[in-house]
Amino acid sequence: MARADSFADGNSITPPPRQFGQARRVAHFEIKYLQYLNHLGEVAEELPEFAQERGQLLALYRAMVLTRTFDKKAIALQRTGKLGTYASSLGQEAAAVGVGAAMAKQDVLLPAYREYGAQFLRGVSMTEILLYWGGDERGMNYGAQAEDFPICVPIATHAPHAVGVAYAMKLRGQARVAVCALGDGATSKGDFYEAVNIAGAWQLPLVFIVNNNQWAISVSRAAQTRAETLAQKAIAAGIPGEQVDGNDVIAVRERVAQALDTARHGGGPRLIEALTYRMGDHTTADDASRYRPGDEVEQQRQYDPIARLHKYLARCGEWSQQQDDALYAECEAKVDAAVKDYLATPAVAPESMFDYLYEKLPVALRTQRESLSSQGESGNG
Amino acid sequence: MAVMMYWEAIRRAHDEEMTRDPLVICMGEDIGVAGGTYKATQGLYDKYGPERVIDTPISENSYTGLGIGASFLGVRPIIEIMSVNFAWLATDQIFNSAAKVRYMSGGQLTAPVVIRSPGGTAHQLGAQHSARMEKVFMGVAGLRVVTPSSPKQAYGMLKSAVRCDDPVFIYEHELMYNMKGEVPDAEYFHPLEGSEVTRSGKDVTLFGYNISVHWCMQAAEQLAKNGIDCEVIDLYTLSPLDRAGIQKSVSKTHRAVVVEEAEAAVGVGSEVMAIINEECFFDLDAAPVRVSAVNVPIPYNHRLEKATIPNAKSVMAAVRKLLGK
Ligand SMILES: Cc1ncc(C[n+]2csc(CCOP(=O)(O)OP(=O)(O)O)c2C)c(N)n1
Ligand SMILES: [Mg+2]
Repeated sequence: MARADSFADGNSITPPPRQFGQARRVAHFEIKYLQYLNHLGEVAEELPEFAQERGQLLALYRAMVLTRTFDKKAIALQRTGKLGTYASSLGQEAAAVGVGAAMAKQDVLLPAYREYGAQFLRGVSMTEILLYWGGDERGMNYGAQAEDFPICVPIATHAPHAVGVAYAMKLRGQARVAVCALGDGATSKGDFYEAVNIAGAWQLPLVFIVNNNQWAISVSRAAQTRAETLAQKAIAAGIPGEQVDGNDVIAVRERVAQALDTARHGGGPRLIEALTYRMGDHTTADDASRYRPGDEVEQQRQYDPIARLHKYLARCGEWSQQQDDALYAECEAKVDAAVKDYLATPAVAPESMFDYLYEKLPVALRTQRESLSSQGESGNG
Repeated sequence: MAVMMYWEAIRRAHDEEMTRDPLVICMGEDIGVAGGTYKATQGLYDKYGPERVIDTPISENSYTGLGIGASFLGVRPIIEIMSVNFAWLATDQIFNSAAKVRYMSGGQLTAPVVIRSPGGTAHQLGAQHSARMEKVFMGVAGLRVVTPSSPKQAYGMLKSAVRCDDPVFIYEHELMYNMKGEVPDAEYFHPLEGSEVTRSGKDVTLFGYNISVHWCMQAAEQLAKNGIDCEVIDLYTLSPLDRAGIQKSVSKTHRAVVVEEAEAAVGVGSEVMAIINEECFFDLDAAPVRVSAVNVPIPYNHRLEKATIPNAKSVMAAVRKLLGK
């Protein structure tokens, strides 16, 4: 009898009776790889509808340039002691911007820690991200996108959360989708496998974006798994998995939009592996030259996501050097303004550490709170 | 005696044990090619190769479990978990398998595995990377928990742990890897049980372990200038705690302060105070005191982070209050 479980699909997957020793073909798969613009900025595949519109493409280009300008500035702030450890998104702008552009406002993003490009498009401010890496929890309290999740550093621990978010959306009958971004390394974790499995079993509105930047700190993609693609990890869970050129913002935007559309209309989850490359160190606390050959990085430069779209726009005669210069100047100004806001944010009071701990502070903790505020500036340190 | 850093001492112990026994291996995230987040395995990959110095996928519970499994078959794994905060993910394997297998198999199987992991607050690692949860590990029967407060201990404890047939959890500290200290030139094995009198005194006993021993020592030196003579006990073994050592010292000084970097609840301080009650209540001249962290997740903000955890000054204040001086 089929289970009366509204989250199970209902269709039987019991195999037919078999003879001893008889082999039966079960799952078989191909992994689709999609790219619209090749690295030379040439059209490799007829562009999807949205990309025929100049305005839409320019918006993606602007978002990528802003993200990179922000990234450069953040690293400079860290180097001058004005920011804590920072994880760069250099080279991965398209994979994030494509996701942010495809999502609807009411969807929920559960990022790892390199998806600034997506977060900015969703309304998270640059000042908030700077506050976060500057060691101020207030930066995780997003003003404009209150239901998006904070940056998640414990690897893949947000994958089960994403399943829960999608479950809640389904339970509440909402036309919303959860998007969970994680790295290649994250796909080695039990949390990831278990999350993909449940998402499939319950056919939840959830899109996993695996940002395969080829490295997990010093551990290469090849050392992480023998699986030929990371997308195929979804197949075993019964959900579709595919690869996109993660440096082609058009492909990312298009495939994520498709996956969201399917999920939003009850078609279940999908996993998209975005092939990209971590151009920088793992974080500002890392020195990748200890373990990564420099020529590998050099070799990757030609696939740069921003240069590629720039070439295309320029070739179409849609974008002049003056316009490009003006855009960079505009982005610089926006980032500078965010930095100014960040640096001018008043310091947080020590006793505030109690203010978001419980709905109502237990009486027993009030004395601890009072002793902190009476010590004032210096704390007990 | 050579002066070396805490990380160098750990590295040396790895190196000697791996040279001695081809079944000693080490594994963890980024410990191979990159030499470890804290350099504790630097150069070992080149020396012993990828089969014995293993860069694992990010699968904490699985590689800890596989280390435990390998140890059933005579391999001696030294597992580095990059941070105690990720050791949570492996607690099922540590608590429910490694710690119980000898008991449940009537001694037939043992899990002689060493798990090393740093915890503690450092420089703004944020709430999810600043765990001081040694108290969780020390409550598990069948698991040995030790915590080095110096390079000498770090070296000698790892050596002993590798030779020990029980699972041993070594709790290190993020801030201590660059600490310098003397380490014997000759091979040295530090006990995995007991405690150490780091400073002898008569007025009050300060109990510390790992980094808090240093706060206790700093406080003791300052207080000595005011005529307060502190005894400092290094509880380098958190499980099993040294009941006799605790009793002996408190029976002498009649006063106790327990210093820990973690929140007080269900912690090292609670346990030491319970032992004092059980072993030498009538020797006490004053109620024992705990110096511990504020009961909040560690703030990311630098100022708040510092305000959350104790230090030498808070130890001094507690001692003065206890003595009414
Ligand atoms: C559970 C857990 N284990 C280990 C770490 C330490 N760590 C931080 S980032 C990282 C590598 C992650 O690689 P990947 O998933 O590929 O993401 P990327 O950094 O490349 O974007 C590791 C091992 C962690 N944060 N969480
Ligand atoms: Mg990666």
